[in-house]
Amino acid sequence: MLNYDLAPEQNVIRQSVREFAEQEIAPRARELDQNEKFSVELTKKMGKELGVFGMFLPEKYGGAGMDYISYIIAVEEVARVDGSQAATIAAANSLGIGPIYNFGTEEQKMEWLPQLCSGDGLAAFGLTEANAGSDAQASVTSARLKDGEWTINGSKIFITNASTSMSVVCTVQAITGIRQDGHNELSCILVPNGVEGFTAKVMKGKMMWRASNTSELYFDDCKVPEENMLGNRGDGFKQMLKTLDAGRLSIAAMGLGGAQGAYEKALRYSQQRIQFGRPISRFQATAFKLADCAMEIECARNLLYKACWFKMQGREYSKLAAMAKLYCSEVMSRVVNHAVQIHGGYGLMNEYDVERFYRDQKLLEIGEGTSEVQRIIISRHIGCR
Amino acid sequence: MKTIVLIKQVPDTETKVKVNPGETDINREGINLVLNPYDEFAAEEAIKIKEAKGGEVVVCTLGEKKAEEAIRTALAMGADRAIRLDGEAFAGSDNYATAKALAKAIEKEGDYDLILCGKQAVDDDSAQVGTLVAEMLGIPSASLVINCEVGDGSVTITREIEGGNQELEIAMPCLLTAQKGLNEPRYPSLPGIMKAKRKKLDVLSAGDLGLGADEAGAAGSKTAIKELSMPPERKAGQVFEGEPEEIVPKVAQLLREEAKVI
Repeated sequence: MLNYDLAPEQNVIRQSVREFAEQEIAPRARELDQNEKFSVELTKKMGKELGVFGMFLPEKYGGAGMDYISYIIAVEEVARVDGSQAATIAAANSLGIGPIYNFGTEEQKMEWLPQLCSGDGLAAFGLTEANAGSDAQASVTSARLKDGEWTINGSKIFITNASTSMSVVCTVQAITGIRQDGHNELSCILVPNGVEGFTAKVMKGKMMWRASNTSELYFDDCKVPEENMLGNRGDGFKQMLKTLDAGRLSIAAMGLGGAQGAYEKALRYSQQRIQFGRPISRFQATAFKLADCAMEIECARNLLYKACWFKMQGREYSKLAAMAKLYCSEVMSRVVNHAVQIHGGYGLMNEYDVERFYRDQKLLEIGEGTSEVQRIIISRHIGCR
Repeated sequence: MKTIVLIKQVPDTETKVKVNPGETDINREGINLVLNPYDEFAAEEAIKIKEAKGGEVVVCTLGEKKAEEAIRTALAMGADRAIRLDGEAFAGSDNYATAKALAKAIEKEGDYDLILCGKQAVDDDSAQVGTLVAEMLGIPSASLVINCEVGDGSVTITREIEGGNQELEIAMPCLLTAQKGLNEPRYPSLPGIMKAKRKKLDVLSAGDLGLGADEAGAAGSKTAIKELSMPPERKAGQVFEGEPEEIVPKVAQLLREEAKVI
């Protein structure tokens, strides 16, 4: 049985998010990007009016009870208009809400999820360190348990949504001991913003996603209660892998949506731009580029939706998630390249959105596992060991 | 207070419509369908009235299964339940037959205070169905409404007329068609879309409405589409270059002699 039709409510979700993105996000995207400004107002609007945070959570935690593909469609539609806001949404859901919902105790869920789903607060996931990128196990941030309290020391870097005025908590991965096999024991601990010894500093000077919030985190004898442990002690690595698998699908959705947006802009431009007495879309040099874009976007969407379907069926989807993330981000890379080329000189000016799409794309090949790491994951799955 | 909102699913306003030669419908392949924008104003107004006065909002449309997406959009905005009229018997309905089916459904529903709909659908632009429904139900109606205050047994409305506005007080039950400016429609929120899944949606056939075979669809219609065609392609414009002193007389001459507009 094969069926490529989405459910009626999934089409309504796409339409609804598309309208919101075009009316509320598109008119402000360029200015926020230029000023490298995270907008609390727009983020709250996305949360409160549209309801994009915690979409796939049960209603009891403030979610909408949607399936995962509906969430992916929402990210795709926002990314079609603006990468920065899509990044805020994807990180808030997959990295902020995801781990608390998947691994938290009932008390932790009730404490954090309602305010995260309502759009009042943002949660972040603190994993990457200055010297621990692809080599996540090289992290050195540590937490020591003494008298019922964790004392955390260390730092994190490139953490999305961690230093806005609405950031409320960060899931921090730390070394909590040495395992019997000699490896570090990694655990995740919830650290609320504002706790003494925890500083979150905005990182500026980004090439892409300039209207999203990226932070450096510092933990200096930062103390939190023992019960802030997320899930079981020693599960930190497993939790990270599971969180990143789901996160990859939302990054893939950003690649797919960004590619779709850039392609549509290039197609429209090519139909209007007259050179040598005719629209440039009539020249094969342009038309073939656009044909390739349309084809690759189609393939990317099929692969991503298939990966989501596997996740929703409860099947192992790690390989498909890596493939979708890798493929969608590389498709966007090729599409934005064509889109700027088709725009010619104008494509180099920030007056045209494809300029921003061109920059925003690059993160997708680096964040949440570089393209190289995705190839490692896929190659291991297919038996290259 | 019960308000009935009549809606229609139409092609997205950005759609580039194509007509297949010899056919009397547009090519619907790959077209994005949305809730008619003027019906959004109607739905928003009904929901606002409900929020202020209590009661319920019932959405009604004549359309195929696909039209449920438009219904769900209105339900997600805050309407309470919906009625969809569907079946082979409705095929080929013109404005008259559509209005008749909707009027029958409204009579069956009964106990309504207000009926709202868009001033027109943006696909065929006929702007007839709303007023026809009012006529068939024997209730007063007002078109192009840009403001609406519900009072006790009547509504005070402002409607657009040539060169100005007209204020009217109309006894309820009545039918109003919404013009742009009536309100700012809310977004159907994502949690709202999920809640809409649980709202009641009745599907009624011509038989359920008591419509005879000659009263519905093409047989019950007063008009039939003979042909659809695309507007003729516009000729490319002429560009005049040079000093204003030289080109203005040339342009003026062409406007008078060729275009015959001055």
